Amino acid sequence: MTTTPDLTAEQRTDAVRTALAQADPGRHRKDRVMTVIIYGAFVLAMIPLVSLIWTVLANGLERFDWYFLTVSMRGVFGGMDAGGIYHAIIGTVEITLGATLISVPIGILTAIYLVEYGGGMLAKWVTFFVDVMTGIPSIVAGLFALSLFAFFFGPGIRLGIMGSVALAVLMIPVVVRSTEEMLKLVPNELREASYALGVPKWLTIVKVVLRTSVAGIVTGVMLAIARVIGETAPLLLTVGVIDSINYNLFEGRMMTLPVYVYRQYSQGYVPCNDPSAVCIEDINFQRAWAAALALILIVMILNLLARLISRYFAPKLRG
Amino acid sequence: MAQRIDVKDLDIYYGDFLAVEGVTMTIEPRSVTAFIGPSGCGKSTFLRTLNRMHEVIPGTRVEGSVEMEGVDLYGPGVDPVAVRRQIGMVFQRPNPFPTMSIEENVLAGVKLVNKRISKSDAADLVESSLRGSNLWEEVKDRLDKPGAGLSGGQQQRLCIARAIAIKPQVLLMDEPCSALDPISTLAIEDLIAELKQDYTIVIVTHNMQQAARVSDRTAFFNIAGTGKPGKLIEMDDTSTMFSSPTEKATEDYISGRFG
Repeated sequence: MTTTPDLTAEQRTDAVRTALAQADPGRHRKDRVMTVIIYGAFVLAMIPLVSLIWTVLANGLERFDWYFLTVSMRGVFGGMDAGGIYHAIIGTVEITLGATLISVPIGILTAIYLVEYGGGMLAKWVTFFVDVMTGIPSIVAGLFALSLFAFFFGPGIRLGIMGSVALAVLMIPVVVRSTEEMLKLVPNELREASYALGVPKWLTIVKVVLRTSVAGIVTGVMLAIARVIGETAPLLLTVGVIDSINYNLFEGRMMTLPVYVYRQYSQGYVPCNDPSAVCIEDINFQRAWAAALALILIVMILNLLARLISRYFAPKLRG
Repeated sequence: MAQRIDVKDLDIYYGDFLAVEGVTMTIEPRSVTAFIGPSGCGKSTFLRTLNRMHEVIPGTRVEGSVEMEGVDLYGPGVDPVAVRRQIGMVFQRPNPFPTMSIEENVLAGVKLVNKRISKSDAADLVESSLRGSNLWEEVKDRLDKPGAGLSGGQQQRLCIARAIAIKPQVLLMDEPCSALDPISTLAIEDLIAELKQDYTIVIVTHNMQQAARVSDRTAFFNIAGTGKPGKLIEMDDTSTMFSSPTEKATEDYISGRFG
């Protein structure tokens, strides 16, 4: 307290009253300025997002229909009013699923090691290399998968599974990092509660730690999937390009949505010289935009699924 | 149920740091033993060595022996998991599993180790355990609701029910009431008085009145200074400890002159 001792009790009370009644105009001004800046930043950040969605919808909706989703590009040429992305959807879904099946077990087991068992030099090195892996350019991951398979099957090999491997290289660090954070969030008290009941460590990890954090882990995995599902360069290298449907990850080239978009866009305008046939000059651009829209929708559906799953597994207070 | 525990010359280390030194004591069956002492004197650490829970923290080790009915709990070939199934534990903060319902929490000790149990046995176990922890009447209509939705005192009794559901011989309680209000504390103290018919109970408490109310024997731990190991100063019948302790330090602590 800094009140001067020679003030009477009433004078002190008055001083407190005036101090309480005084407003600080400077702080109000600062508050308003900061509010404007923060809202401004928000609007600024929203502009590209809204513009992106708007552009994709405006350009993509024209060709986006059931026919487009259910046919491939087999036998489609020139400015024909035909062709679709069925083969690319199959490719994207299978290759991404393959990448998830490879990276999720590795990623989660690594995170379990780091959080539940690690602590020594090995854990430090693993953490370091996971960080390094996070920064690997996707094209390098593609080259890695390419040279790995070329080593065993000879040069010129193109397989769906090669794309899965390349994407898995990109996914693993993301899965490790997010799972690690989620496992760290599980209170130690729960592990101790489980040990005190005579539950062995591995069962504690599986049934208490993983069960408690599964919602966050699922979200992390979904983010990792969203990160790689739009990758183009490594897939172009490892999976190649094809116009017809290929369901088999382990045989032959496959088409994927990002590569499809790239391919269509790079083909450019179609010269329409024959007036007797139906010919759409910008058919390739239309297909590219519609495929882009499909890709965005797939990512959105995955996100929604992740939310549903994590809500289902999340710890609850009220049943 | 309820067995006696003999501790001989127990030293407890965190890495190279000697946390508790030279504890020798006997914990009698079917009684309540209270550990009192200032913060940091190692009473919780010592409690956790009784069911090998302190090993969960990396770098800890003990020297000396802890024997339950003649079996050294730290002997070769003794599985800490088996020790913990005989010696249950209740923690300072209630820690029900947040992903489980009340019923699943009680059955956690059975379900988490993948043991099979018939529906009717499970129902009986849930009821007897919850009755044992005086929680049955309050929750019997909402056994499928999340355990984390109960009040703090109810959660702590749920944790006690969970601990006694695996039918241990001994129940260790590490300041079980320190996060609870006086009414819940009273409920737990009444429960401790009932539980000692069947179990050996060891309780760590900062509340001297609580030690005086619930325990039969009291052990006083003290620490000479920061960085020094905690030691068992004195152990006797609670009535003796609170009326005429042998050691000066005990008297000072109990009468509130320090700590």
